[in-house]
Amino acid sequence: MNTLLMELWPYFLMVLVGYLPNEVWRVFGLVLARGLNEDSQVVVWSRAVATAILAGVIAKLVLFSTGALAAIPLSVRVIAAVFGFLVFLGARRSVFAGVLAGEIALLAGGFLFAH
Amino acid sequence: MPAMSAPVAFSSSSAAFFAGAKTALMSVFMLVLAGTYIGIGALTHDFGLSSWWLAISTVLVWAAPAQVILITTVTTGAALFEIALAVTLSAVRLFPMVVALMPVLRGPTTRLRDLLLPTHFTAVSMWVESLRLLPSIEHQWRIPFCNGMSAGYMATAAVFGFVGFYLAAGLPPLLAGGLLFLTPMSFLMSTARNARMMLDKLGLVLGLLIGPLLTILDVNLDLMWTGLVGGTLAYLVHRIREATT
Repeated sequence: MNTLLMELWPYFLMVLVGYLPNEVWRVFGLVLARGLNEDSQVVVWSRAVATAILAGVIAKLVLFSTGALAAIPLSVRVIAAVFGFLVFLGARRSVFAGVLAGEIALLAGGFLFAH
Repeated sequence: MPAMSAPVAFSSSSAAFFAGAKTALMSVFMLVLAGTYIGIGALTHDFGLSSWWLAISTVLVWAAPAQVILITTVTTGAALFEIALAVTLSAVRLFPMVVALMPVLRGPTTRLRDLLLPTHFTAVSMWVESLRLLPSIEHQWRIPFCNGMSAGYMATAAVFGFVGFYLAAGLPPLLAGGLLFLTPMSFLMSTARNARMMLDKLGLVLGLLIGPLLTILDVNLDLMWTGLVGGTLAYLVHRIREATT
C-alpha cells in the first residue's frame, strides 16, 4: 500500500498543482467568451495580451534558463536566438530553417564556450 | 488567404475531424511540437520522473510552459502553493486565447458542451493554426476540424515526449541543452510567423522586452503584468492607427 502511494504521489501532484491551476484559465475563458463576437474589441485586446505573455515566456526561457541549457553561457544563448531569428526572416519565415540555424549556433557556441 | 473564395465544407463531422488531424500531421507545427516535446522528454528524464508521467501530463495539462515548470519543481521539494502559483501564472495566456478562439468556433447551433473539448485543447500550436485556418471553413465543421487537428498535435507531442525521454538517457549535457533550446526557439518563430497584423507584431516585441525587464526588477506576477502592459500598449497603438487611416 505504501509503495503504491509513493508511486501515485507524482500523479496526484500533477493533477493538484499542474492540471487544475492550468485548466482554470481555459474554463474562465470559455465562461467569459459567451456572447462575444470574433472582432469585438475585448477579443482583439485579449489576443494582444496572450501574444505578449507568450513572448514573455520565450524571453525568460532564453535569458533565465534552467537545467542543461543554463550550462551554456547567456551570450551564446542570446546570439544563437537572434541568429536563428534572422535566418527565419531571411528564409521566407521558415520556422524549420530558423530553429535549425539557432540550434547549430547554440551547439557551436556551447561547444567552444561552455563552462 | 482565400478571403473571397467559398468556405470549405465537409461531408460529415468525422470527415472534418480527419481532415483536421491530417492538417496537423502535415503542418510545420508537427516539427515544432516534436522538437519541443523531445526537449521536455529530456527534461523529464533529468528530473527523475517517468515517461508515462510525462505522457499523462501532456494529455491533462497540455501546455508546454506549465509542464516545464511542473517537471522542474515537483521533484525538488518546492512548496506546493509555489508550484501551483507558477503554473497558473504561466497559464494566464490561455484565458485570452480561449476568449479569442471561441467566437471563431461557435456557430448559431453550437451547444456549450461542444466547446468543452476545444477549450481543453487550447494551446499555442492549436490556437495559432485555428485562427489561421478556421475562418475559411464553414461554421458547422469548425469544431470537428479543430478537435481533429488538436488530437493530431497532442498525439505527436505525447509520442515525441517518449523519444526525448529515451534520447536524453544517452545524450551528453551540451546536446541536452540543445534539446531544451528547442522550446523557446520554436515558440518564438511560430508566433512571429503568425503575426501578420501590426497588433500581433507589437505584442510580441513588447512581451520580449517587458517580460525579462520585470523579472530583473523582481516584480511579482511578472508574466501577468507583461501581458497586461505589453498587450494593452499594442492594442492602443492598433486603435490609434485604425482611427487615423
